[in-house]
Amino acid sequence: MTTSTAKINIATTSLAGCFGCHMSLLDIDERIQDLAEVAVFDRSPFTDIKHCNQSDIGLIEGGVCNAENVHVLREFRKQCNILIAVGACAINGGIPALRNNIPLKECLEESYIDGLGVVNPQIPNDPELPLILDKVYPIHEIVKIDYSLPGCPPSADAICAFITDLLAGREPTLPDELIHYD
Amino acid sequence: MKTNSISIDGQQITFREGQTIIQAALEAGIYIPYLCYHPDFEAHGSCKVCTVRVNGSHCSACTTFASDGQVVDNHCEDLNSSRRAITQMLFVEGNHLCPSCEKSGDCELQALGYYLKLFGSHFPHLFPHREVDATHPHILLDRDRCIFCELCVRASREVDQKNVFAISGRGIDSELVVNSPSGTLLDSGLDVNDKAAHVCPVGAILIKNQAFQVPIGQRKYDKNRIDDADLIEVKHDHIDS
Ligand code: SF4
Ligand code: SF4
Repeated sequence: MTTSTAKINIATTSLAGCFGCHMSLLDIDERIQDLAEVAVFDRSPFTDIKHCNQSDIGLIEGGVCNAENVHVLREFRKQCNILIAVGACAINGGIPALRNNIPLKECLEESYIDGLGVVNPQIPNDPELPLILDKVYPIHEIVKIDYSLPGCPPSADAICAFITDLLAGREPTLPDELIHYD
Repeated sequence: MKTNSISIDGQQITFREGQTIIQAALEAGIYIPYLCYHPDFEAHGSCKVCTVRVNGSHCSACTTFASDGQVVDNHCEDLNSSRRAITQMLFVEGNHLCPSCEKSGDCELQALGYYLKLFGSHFPHLFPHREVDATHPHILLDRDRCIFCELCVRASREVDQKNVFAISGRGIDSELVVNSPSGTLLDSGLDVNDKAAHVCPVGAILIKNQAFQVPIGQRKYDKNRIDDADLIEVKHDHIDS
């Protein structure tokens, strides 16, 4: 009998991403049933588990743009045997990294003070808010990662191929037609 | 006896006197990866992507002449792993955000990454600050994506006879500069029909208002791996000439 403890644990999170990679993961459609036969989701936007338990695979979407992202990413690294950078933002910062050449002060002023349609202009400084970093960092600059899965987002087929390889104990790779950076 | 032949990964090919290894290889339908090489221009030998092993020594295939009896290693894991590292360095030294780049799908740097199965950056990203020049009515220069192949420099000098572009500085401080009173393309004399406006292998020099005429997903390297597409092109060049 298969019990959930015998299944592979997969944890996922979105840091400075747009949830596009998670949407792409859901795009595997009915193949998610095959996945559910062998795996369960641990901490993930799909489960709302708040902290990562020991997991076999961690999928990280998004780069690192604030202090909370750093904490979450470190927790994933600690708890996941295999950590994968999923998508352009996790790999190189992606579109959020377009701000990396603009001083942080200017970014904040444009968003919260000078920007079009701003009401009650002020730069948010509630202590509950995670502090924003000077730049958006690719995740491999904060923790060691094991694999990268490129794409913006990686297609459902690419995600499937990669995870299928991993579950089969193979070194994950992609056939030519599934390698895209866009 | 002189046979004018060399072997590449065990395959015997013939060459004509004066041909470089890369010329002979491409003509024989063998792909040697490259970025700064272009069949229309004198070799530059700077990107080092075409590094092969000739009789045991590393050489740039674009600047080394073919000579009788050479034994050349091209597709082997150690050379491809160096090519991967070089390509990764080119990515992290610029600002290459492919999802927001018009050239995506037609870009040789990206296609080389696909060919080499390069999935991650490995190195820390430098996120350099580089200026965009949008002053020209028809041509955009986005220095974030320049890989310093000097193809625009060579095209402007050798074909257009204008000397619009040059590389200034060295190493990590290198910068593509424009030879004009204002330092911008506006008063540079660069014309939209110039060879230099069309030769950039990446998305650094772009013709305006063409961005998505061919949709993402239907572009050159979306459909062909760079070794296929380029060989087809090289063959056509030879048929044409
Ligand atoms: S120039 Fe090429 S590698 Fe650079 S961002 Fe554009 S498509 Fe990507
Ligand atoms: S602008 Fe393009 S053609 Fe010119 S040096 Fe840079 S990458 Fe090469």
